[in-house]
This record gives sequence, structure tokens and C-alpha cells, in this order.
Amino acid sequence: MAASDRGIGENQATLASADAESAEWLRTLGGSGAEREAAVERLHAILLRVAGNEVRRRAPRLRLSGPELDDVAHQAAADALLAVIAKLGQFRGESRFTTWVYKFAVLEVSAKLGRHFWRDPGVPLEGEDWERLPGRLGFDPAERSEWHDLLAALRRAVDEELTERQRQIFVAIVLKGVPADAVAVELGTNRNAVYKTMFDARRKLRAALVAGGYLDIGIRGRS
Amino acid sequence: MNGWDELDRFLRTDPRDVGCDKAMELLHVYVELVARHPDAARERYPGIAVHLRACGPCNEDFEGLLAAVADSI
Repeated sequence: MAASDRGIGENQATLASADAESAEWLRTLGGSGAEREAAVERLHAILLRVAGNEVRRRAPRLRLSGPELDDVAHQAAADALLAVIAKLGQFRGESRFTTWVYKFAVLEVSAKLGRHFWRDPGVPLEGEDWERLPGRLGFDPAERSEWHDLLAALRRAVDEELTERQRQIFVAIVLKGVPADAVAVELGTNRNAVYKTMFDARRKLRAALVAGGYLDIGIRGRS
Repeated sequence: MNGWDELDRFLRTDPRDVGCDKAMELLHVYVELVARHPDAARERYPGIAVHLRACGPCNEDFEGLLAAVADSI
């Protein structure tokens, strides 16, 4: 993976050039007394609104009930508030202050839902479930003879080409449908490490399928 | 999209992909640019655009932040 995009330093605006609203947030949150307390209260209300909206946006894909969703939103808003205040000095004026703080709320919701998955998972990481893969990929059961060899080759490549860690993560995400964040929680790592492992696994598997003649540049011509 | 295309799309990797940490580090900047000028955002941050297409969890966070920004406009 590359890091070719512009980095933080290249995007950095001076705080003096921050928009007036952002500058006011920084002034009040960095101040003291009743004015700061009022700003913290306003910030918490904003974070709670964003976290609540984000939880509701994701709710249709979650196995959580109303009260549990509210709990996640409140916990996410509280933790986001602490994080924003602790990192106030890291705001560089590259965006509006509010956009920067919204990110904390969204990422806290994301992290909490990843941990929540294992409260009632019903999905052990052990074992493999290759039978469901054709359906997940959209292969037509009536055309089994067309794709059987391809998926058999994929399975061989998973067994022979991947490291144990790559195979474990591939199985969890691809065969069992466990969310990557939940996999990261279970394995005691983070989303970036899981993604990097899957990135390397995907590259190896595609190379093996291309070498075996199962995939090629002209695959899109296949119907 | 059929199963062949779906598998091919899933296994394809792009060397420009910046990964989750870098994408999340700049997500607030990227989202504001997307909200104003989507094409410019993809042009200026190709590695983030590529990553978001390949990484479901990061794309979910992107969609959430974009929705939050849109709500506040």
C-alpha cells in the first residue's frame, strides 16, 4: 500500500485562517469558567446528535434494539467528547472544527459497534463455511459447472498460499461475514492491521488464480 | 455484476491504496472536499478514494461523516 496522497502537513492551514465559528470553538473550549463549561455542554449535545444519527443510519444492518442503540450513541458521544478535549491542540484548521469533531463521534460509534458484535455473535471464528461463498459472490447455482473449478482453485490457494494469520482473517471476513472491526477486536489488533493482512492475502490469491488461468485481464468479457 | 466480476473486483488490489490509518487521519478534510467538489477530492486524494472503494468499514465511516456534514449545512 502507498502513502502518495497529500499528508497532514501539506493540508495544514494556520489557526489564524480558521473560519470564525471554528476559532470561536477553540477560544471557548480553551478558556475557563462558565464560558468553557457552556461550550463543553454545547459540544456534547452536538456529538450526541451526530452519534445518534450515525447509530440510526447503521441500525438496519445491526442486531441491536432501540435501548442498546441509545446506549451506544451515549457512550460514543461521551468518549468522543473526552477525545476532542484531549486532542484540541491537534486541530490544525484543515477543515471546519465541527467536521473534525463529527469524525470523533462517527469513529467512536464504529469502534463500539465492532466490540458489540461479540456480545451475541453466534459466529465462531473457528471452522470454515465455503458453501455460502458462491451465493455471497453472486454465482448462479444453475451454472455450478462454470464456477466450481474457480472456487476450488480459490480454496486451494487459501490453504496453500496464505499464512495462518491471513487464512484466519480471510475465513472470518469472507466466509463467515464477520465485520473487519469485530475481527480486529477478537484478535486484539486494529482495523488497519486487519486490512493490511487482507490486502496481502487478496494480492496472493489473485496472483494464484491468474497463474492457474482462472482469472485474467479479460475476465470482464465473461458473462 | 456476476460472481466472476465480483470475485475479481474483491481480489484486485491497487498500489495507490493508502490503508485505513491514513484514510481516517484525513477523513474530515476529504469529506469536506467531497461535499463541495467530488471530482476534485478524488483527484487530490486518489489513495483515499481507492481505499474507500476497497474497505467496507472505512467507507461506512466516510458515509457517516458525509451524512453528518450534509445535515449541518
